[in-house]
Amino acid sequence: MVHSINVNGTTHRVDVDDDTPLLWVLRDNLGLTGTKFGCGVAQCGACTVYMDGQPLRSCSLPVSAVGDARITTIEALAGKEAEAVQAAWVKHDVPQCGYCQSGQVMSAIALLKEIRKPTDRDIDLAMTGNLCRCTTYVRIRAAIHDAARTLEG
Amino acid sequence: MPGRAGAAAAAALLLGAASALAQSAPAPQPGADLRPASSFAGIADQRDRSVALFNEIGKVLLHPRCVNCHPATERPRQGDARRLHQPMVVRGKDGHGAPGLACATCHGKQNFDPAGIPGDGHWALAPAAMAWEGRTLGQICEQLKDLNRNGSRDLAAIVRHVTADTLVLWGWNPGKGREPAPGTNAQFGELMQAWVDSGAACPAV
Repeated sequence: MVHSINVNGTTHRVDVDDDTPLLWVLRDNLGLTGTKFGCGVAQCGACTVYMDGQPLRSCSLPVSAVGDARITTIEALAGKEAEAVQAAWVKHDVPQCGYCQSGQVMSAIALLKEIRKPTDRDIDLAMTGNLCRCTTYVRIRAAIHDAARTLEG
Repeated sequence: MPGRAGAAAAAALLLGAASALAQSAPAPQPGADLRPASSFAGIADQRDRSVALFNEIGKVLLHPRCVNCHPATERPRQGDARRLHQPMVVRGKDGHGAPGLACATCHGKQNFDPAGIPGDGHWALAPAAMAWEGRTLGQICEQLKDLNRNGSRDLAAIVRHVTADTLVLWGWNPGKGREPAPGTNAQFGELMQAWVDSGAACPAV
């Protein structure tokens, strides 16, 4: 069936089965490979995108459920929170293998949009669904605090 | 490169094994049916009948489909084995999770069996005042009737809630790999109504 979905501000028509996870439409049909496949069961966070501005595990939502929602992927991130997180990620040399980092960055920005100055606990609660097998968690937390300070001005 | 299904299954196995280590709650009793409300009509004493009805209702209330999201702590449980929810999530201020990791991050408006993720239009944890986990059926009964702990619902509203709220109804349509709540929602509603009509008496606390 043909589905019409809005991704990064552009409407795309894709002909896939109704229960195709959004992740595979993004990667295989639209070529947006910044969003990663990690587990396929919403346990690792590598596939995080935004749906109407809120974090979403794209491996666990069928394309038929997207409807009129606006999907945003890592390729289209913009704005002061994104810039602050990107700079902090570089400064703290956060990524190691890098595979999970797309999802980590998406979740970090979403947190900073909701809580301007997150505590360690705020960070832990927001980021606990994003696994990193290189265990870069300490640098992730430090970078989020750094990005928050940047946003404070 | 392994197939998507194979990779997902392998990941699920690994994560499932890790989750099992965190298990601390007893396993549920599998798949009971519900007695029809009419079968209690032979109990002559009204209070005894009311208590007997609530004991039957308890088969649903104490089932993992209900208790998992009425936790005693800020953390829900999941699955028929009532493991602590993975990933680690919390109730949050409004029952919809912590900022940055809301329930809707993973739970859509419907079950999505390919990923094993249950869903509903307002997936959420019950408020802390409505915690059932670890409580006796008598305690839960008193809690259900307490306007300060039941969302300010009178008994009629309680019956409406358990027969119309989509998240309650989800208990009988929980998706692949999860045992439905006992009986049917219609049977459950009839039991609740009969309990109310018989005076809404509670088992001993």
